Amino acid sequence: MFALSPEEVTAVRLSLRIAAVATIVSLPFGIAAAYAVARWRFPGRALLDGLIHLPLVLPPVVTGFLLLLLLGRKGVLGAFLADHFGIVFSFRWTGAALASAVMGFPLMVRAIRLSIESVDRRLEAASGTLGAPPVATFFLITLPLAFPGIVVGSILSFAKALGEFGATITFVSNIPGETQTISALIYTNTQVPGGDAGAMRLMLVSIVIALAALFVSELVQRRARRRLALVP
Amino acid sequence: MIEVAASLQQGAFLLDAAFSCDSGITALFGRSGSGKSTVIAIIAGIRRPDRGRVAVNGQVLVDTNAKIWLPPHRRRIGLVFQDSQLFPHLTVRQNLLYGRWFSRHGGDEIGFDAVVSTLDIGALLPRRPPQLSGGEKQRVALGRALLANPALLLMDEPLASLDMARKIEILPLIENVRDAFGIPILYVSHALEEVARLANTVVVLDAGRVVACGPPEAALGSSPQPSVRDRFSIASVLNVSVGPFDERYGLTLLRHPAGDIFLSGRIRPHLQDVRVVIKAIDVALTTEPPRQLSIRTVLHAHIGAINADERAVAVIDLVLPDGSRLLALATRKALDELNLAPGRPVFALIKTVAMDERPVGAVDTRRAMAGGKR
Repeated sequence: MFALSPEEVTAVRLSLRIAAVATIVSLPFGIAAAYAVARWRFPGRALLDGLIHLPLVLPPVVTGFLLLLLLGRKGVLGAFLADHFGIVFSFRWTGAALASAVMGFPLMVRAIRLSIESVDRRLEAASGTLGAPPVATFFLITLPLAFPGIVVGSILSFAKALGEFGATITFVSNIPGETQTISALIYTNTQVPGGDAGAMRLMLVSIVIALAALFVSELVQRRARRRLALVP
Repeated sequence: MIEVAASLQQGAFLLDAAFSCDSGITALFGRSGSGKSTVIAIIAGIRRPDRGRVAVNGQVLVDTNAKIWLPPHRRRIGLVFQDSQLFPHLTVRQNLLYGRWFSRHGGDEIGFDAVVSTLDIGALLPRRPPQLSGGEKQRVALGRALLANPALLLMDEPLASLDMARKIEILPLIENVRDAFGIPILYVSHALEEVARLANTVVVLDAGRVVACGPPEAALGSSPQPSVRDRFSIASVLNVSVGPFDERYGLTLLRHPAGDIFLSGRIRPHLQDVRVVIKAIDVALTTEPPRQLSIRTVLHAHIGAINADERAVAVIDLVLPDGSRLLALATRKALDELNLAPGRPVFALIKTVAMDERPVGAVDTRRAMAGGKR
């Protein structure tokens, strides 16, 4: 009953890979966006903030469709990337990772932004008066102090990527072994007679992964907080 | 040589200050909201002035006319904040060495060991800032600023968040830093005792403007209209020479042309000329020499001016025989009943028990002379 079928194992491994790649690749962009919104005042800041949050409020299917229009084989950007760099997103697992990253981006940026905003700017000023150029201050002061928020943002993005369904299925469809994630396979199972057992096994796997992610996040955060002595 | 001239509009507040100072400790003195911290932020490069010029030892940091603006990390200005701002994720040692990573100069660097021993922070090196007390944090912050090899050290109310015991512990350390490393220090404070003890030049700020600038006894005594509203903070500074210490009664004799001043406790032994801070609320007046009174310090003076309005308490500006000024407070009722008016000779009585050795600062005769020539 609890043994996963080869198809299910494939879906679980694919999901983990997609979520991990989505989180790791989007993290530098997430930190940059969070820093820009938290620390800089520039024209178009509200627009950038809105764009980042758009996937949170748009129906996921709409986000997926937008990605398809932009990055599909015949999409404006998709055709360019495919012709010049050989990068193809549509109907590939990379496309699933992209869709997951986009959907998780607002959650990631939000958590990191809050932690950057909570870094005392006078610590950054102190670093400057000690001779540190702004880039050094960012890597030596701001980033380490914002570390707990970066962990939270990454875990949120990872969890969102694992659960992503609407945008992914719209953008890259539901191809076993390529884009069929846990969520997509559960959906497939519920559409066929006798698929309930498989759906339930995958559900249990999802719960275990989610709890593990939360546990790891809590552990890393607690260690970081203790190191920064934010709690005694 | 530090030259500052800056104006900055912040809402309704206009800072428009210009002053220059030399080596040693220059105090930027004034009540809160007078613009002291804004001046510091402009010198450090944390804020940009609307107009102005700041130069340290000939190097221009800001000049709005010449469109020069050096970013903070290229200014070599050390800054000690009121609340230390140590990096919480680094150890004390890493905090101290932080500036070293960026200072690209060889030769006459300030030594790590010299700073650690001057500030007595050797035992703290492996700790992290949250494990330090307030006084320890300020010592480490001072060391961190020094080790970045600054051309000028700014201290923004470094003792304001500490209790009296910690202040007394740190004041001599600041003097040691001044003497050991020869870095000019700009010291922001609203505490008269600290300023009188540490500074050889005082710049008094009020409502964003420089109202006085000079040696402490002149600059601090010349606040134009001391307000009765904050009467507990009105005080004067007198230059006195140190006489013998009375072992039996534990009193130090201080000599002033107006008379002898008794101070409870013993002054640090090597001092000859010192400044004492005398609070106006501790000065009483009488028209004839007192007999049968517990107060031992009696100074000859005459009334220079009386600053009175409809309030109960008036500020009396006394002129001492050597021309120095002493502020006293009395009720208007007392003034009328004693028939006190400008020009009248009086005796100023100072309660010895109200003063002790803590706020006494050394007068650096070398600097006092240099100041006199200008």
